[in-house]
Amino acid sequence: MTTLAPEPTSASRLPGVAFIFKKALISALVALVLFSLMIGIRTEAGPEGQLIYWTRFGDLAAMVAIVFGGSIVVELLRQWWGPVGTIRLVPPPVKSTLAVLRRAVAPVLLIFTFLVPVIFYDQRYILDLGILVLTYVMLGWGLNVVVGLAGLLDLGYVAFYAVGAYCYALLATNFGLSFWVCLPLAGILAAFWGVLLGFPVLRLRGDYLAIVTLAFGEIIRLVIINWQSLTGGPNGVSGIPRPTLFGIPLTAGEDGLAARLGIEFSPTQRIVFLFYLILALALLTNWVTIRLRRLPIGRAWEALREDEVACRALGINTTTTKLTAFATGAMFGGLAGAFFATRQGFISPESFTFQESALVLAIVVLGGMGSQLGVALAALTMIGGFELFRGLDQYRMLVFGLALVVVMVLRPRGMVSTRTPTVLLAQSGRA
Amino acid sequence: MDYFAQQLINGIVLGSIYGLIAIGYTMVYGIVGMINFAHGDIFMIGGFIALISFLILVSIGLTVVPVILLIVLLVSMAITALYGWTVERIAYRPLRHSFRLAPMLSAIGMSFVLSNYSQVAQGARVKPVPPIITGGYTLFERNGFVVRLSNVQILVVVATIVLLAIFTWLVARTRLGRDMRACEQDQTMAALLGVDVDRTISMTFVIGAALAAVAGMMYLLYYGLVDFFMGFVAGIKAFTAAVLGGIGSLPGAMLGGLAIGLIETLWSAYFSVEYKDVAAFSILIVVLIFLPTGLLGRPEVEKV
Repeated sequence: MTTLAPEPTSASRLPGVAFIFKKALISALVALVLFSLMIGIRTEAGPEGQLIYWTRFGDLAAMVAIVFGGSIVVELLRQWWGPVGTIRLVPPPVKSTLAVLRRAVAPVLLIFTFLVPVIFYDQRYILDLGILVLTYVMLGWGLNVVVGLAGLLDLGYVAFYAVGAYCYALLATNFGLSFWVCLPLAGILAAFWGVLLGFPVLRLRGDYLAIVTLAFGEIIRLVIINWQSLTGGPNGVSGIPRPTLFGIPLTAGEDGLAARLGIEFSPTQRIVFLFYLILALALLTNWVTIRLRRLPIGRAWEALREDEVACRALGINTTTTKLTAFATGAMFGGLAGAFFATRQGFISPESFTFQESALVLAIVVLGGMGSQLGVALAALTMIGGFELFRGLDQYRMLVFGLALVVVMVLRPRGMVSTRTPTVLLAQSGRA
Repeated sequence: MDYFAQQLINGIVLGSIYGLIAIGYTMVYGIVGMINFAHGDIFMIGGFIALISFLILVSIGLTVVPVILLIVLLVSMAITALYGWTVERIAYRPLRHSFRLAPMLSAIGMSFVLSNYSQVAQGARVKPVPPIITGGYTLFERNGFVVRLSNVQILVVVATIVLLAIFTWLVARTRLGRDMRACEQDQTMAALLGVDVDRTISMTFVIGAALAAVAGMMYLLYYGLVDFFMGFVAGIKAFTAAVLGGIGSLPGAMLGGLAIGLIETLWSAYFSVEYKDVAAFSILIVVLIFLPTGLLGRPEVEKV
């Protein structure tokens, strides 16, 4: 690294070039060995079940070339950027503009979200996408309570989503209960499951806890698949009733909302209703979280995140603190699940895989654990990005995994913003 | 009883495979203190590389089965070990002094990368291979129920024992093993005494990946198929094995692997096949709650 001195003289640059070239060559060689069999050869089950294979040396060469080029680019960027941890001075005017922008983002985003159904009333696709994004925003905010505030890594969050969804689906299809009765029930049931999971795992350390929650999520999914008499197994539950506006259905019939208001019926009305419903639920999640952060319990969560031992020494009951975090997070997951069930009208275990948990977790992590705005922006970017690259479906999870690694390596505290403790000792006020 | 004996044999074979994967988890956890979430996918990559090299060797006309097996073993161990090295280099080394959850999250990302990479590169469908090693012995027969021990099963168990012996020797008697144990106890002190910590950690990942590659090849020989998703469940079960045996302990990993293999096989045989994964995952939870140090592990002292 001594050769990488910043003087732009040609004499000192030359060894740098040799160094970069050597590094890129080694990377390309490693890539050649790694990809030789996996990309150079393609296997497939033939028509008679016999395995056949063909070669793809062109692809292999392309991949190695990409690694070679990429390695050079990365090294150049690294030199340009300088050593990690360099303090960069931002001129004050830029700083203040950025601060103003940062303050303005949240209200502008909120107002825009409220106006989406008005602006895009005719575009069903955008409305559907908006509902999807908001669902993930809500899930992200819910998980944020557990991961971002309390610092408990939960890899099985989707289990509570599933509990909420199946709770509504089964109660509605079997007993004809309405959405508004089931919604709180789904939340309560999910919170109950959260406590049930939380109890035994309280003593576990961070990464053990993560694995146990992962196992728990998988157990819930496997039970749903195999308990066919109750859940319909892999076929799922279909014919889940649509939500009503407190009893008034949004249908074309006599007693529908459109008829009662005396306006013409259109199927978009239901979509718009769903949009505002999930927006309300998400904002409820956000509001509750923000309020809780200012209560002693919220402070205890953040203290727990920073240092568990110190927390205990200060007399904070870590048991109840962890349990309430789990229960609160799970409850929001359950509410989102009930909404998911009523929106889809059909649910099956396929919607509740580990991938889903990892996606929500990635939203929380990339958003900067603990930051409400960051989570919302991350959900928007991630789900929006998935939609943009819909054609490249098979590369989706690959890119997703790569993004997770790259963000962890470059900015482990989150892409959008960093988490800040609500209370700081030095100024003893709001940070 | 005959049925039980047969299930016992099957369970031991399955347990050997889990044990080989579990060693990778336990070694990495012992030294770096992180759960290498991508290790199950390294195992899957090992299976794929074994499959492809096997296919090539057969198609160029090699027919001597022991030679084929040996070459396939060496190739898959070498390439998979390089995968292990690369994963450590890209995703874990830059995060060594980052905050607690960062390596875990990076590992989850890497796990997605590896499984989807092989899905993109080799297709999503299950890849079957014809049985390579056939034949076996009939141990005994009673009431029309035959208890069989196939050659593949013998191979899996023998290979596991041999590798375990080599590996134990490596850790106990070589310079590398000494470095590894030193890093496990105190990385800073080891570095001060001239141990190359980075290199030792890299080698840990390389060895773990090589053993996972053997497990992948054995899985391929035993079950006759690989698919891109097999690493996930096998990885969690192997991790369960490592935890059950006491994480950080090598004999513990093997013991835990055997226990998980036996429990899974016997559960499928006597209770229900559908809930066998539920049983394995439940064991993980129960063990972590009631026996967090595992069977052979040392209690972890929390320092402030």
